[in-house]
Amino acid sequence: MADVNRGKRPLSPFMIGPYYRPQITSISSILVRITALASLGTVTLLVWWLLAAATSDAAFAFIDGLLTSLIGDLILFLASWAIFYHMLGRLRHVVWDFGYCLDIKISEKLGYGMFAGATVLALIAAIVL
Amino acid sequence: MVQLTLPKNSKVKVGKTWPKPTGANNIRKFQIYRWNPDDGENPRVDTYFVDMDKCGPMILDALIKIKNEIDPTLTFRRSCREGICGSCAMNIDGINTLACIYGMDEIKSDVVKIYPLPHMPVVKDLIPDLTHFYAQHASIMPWLETKTNRPAKEWKQSIEDRKKLDGLYECVMCASCSTSCPSYWWNGDKYLGPAALLHAYRWIIDSRDEATGERLDQLEDPFKLYRCHTIMNCAKTCPKGLNPAKAIAEIKKMQLSRAV
Repeated sequence: MADVNRGKRPLSPFMIGPYYRPQITSISSILVRITALASLGTVTLLVWWLLAAATSDAAFAFIDGLLTSLIGDLILFLASWAIFYHMLGRLRHVVWDFGYCLDIKISEKLGYGMFAGATVLALIAAIVL
Repeated sequence: MVQLTLPKNSKVKVGKTWPKPTGANNIRKFQIYRWNPDDGENPRVDTYFVDMDKCGPMILDALIKIKNEIDPTLTFRRSCREGICGSCAMNIDGINTLACIYGMDEIKSDVVKIYPLPHMPVVKDLIPDLTHFYAQHASIMPWLETKTNRPAKEWKQSIEDRKKLDGLYECVMCASCSTSCPSYWWNGDKYLGPAALLHAYRWIIDSRDEATGERLDQLEDPFKLYRCHTIMNCAKTCPKGLNPAKAIAEIKKMQLSRAV
């Protein structure tokens, strides 16, 4: 068969959202990565806080003021949510890698469970700390 | 590499709207991806209207009706019309499935959107180029490998061992799963994808096969096997109800138990 178009062929659309329907399994999976990257931002804040404490009173006052303000509280709440979510996501991978819970129904429940679990854990952390 | 947008020559444009059938009460709107290899244009989405009172219940019925009565240039693969050949796999209403066994009533939206299988080179309209997909299937040696002498009659298998192949042998290689997998979209050149790996597992656990070690050696690779991140789009979309994610997890388990 003449194959004159090889190399010129368009790529069929694939993007999750407009072309591929988001699934709870795919969304909960990509969020494990996003929360990991977000946690890197949290670490940056923490390092900034510690460095500022070692640098000068003024530098510490600025970052400490930011982190203990209302916005700071919100950021830290979301950051703790991200860390709990990521942790649950990794736990889910441990369960999967042992060969359990790989059916679609239970996997979807685990996906919803991660959102609920991370929210509960973040709320407990916010109340206790 | 993670790719989030389409290349320039693949951006989808608004196409032609075909006239509505006259004297019909029950009309349904279809938006279908078109690409003509001969006109040098970008892909487009054409709109068709089909009289549901004079159409069969499946998506494939509507496609055939459009081709017969509205636009004979619409191009798609089809053959058995009963979900056993795997030819008519396409992206329907945001999931990959077989047009012949997907009912029109399963689509909640008024508009039925039909695209080719995602992230594949398009030959024409709804026909993707599956050359690479088939080559990956061939690479996992989809046949019985034996070393001992041929038995006088046949390679025997117990009923229990045969049962291990259930949920694997039914695969019709329609490519719905592999092309639903984000890992396959982004690393499909090296990652084998759910379909090929399901077939790999089907031969690994076949009690008659004597190349299990070689098969596992071949898959012990950061890309071929381990690009599976258990996203599970494959199992969710499989029109035959199979679970490639589970098969892949079993291969990973075997690799691990072999290593420790």
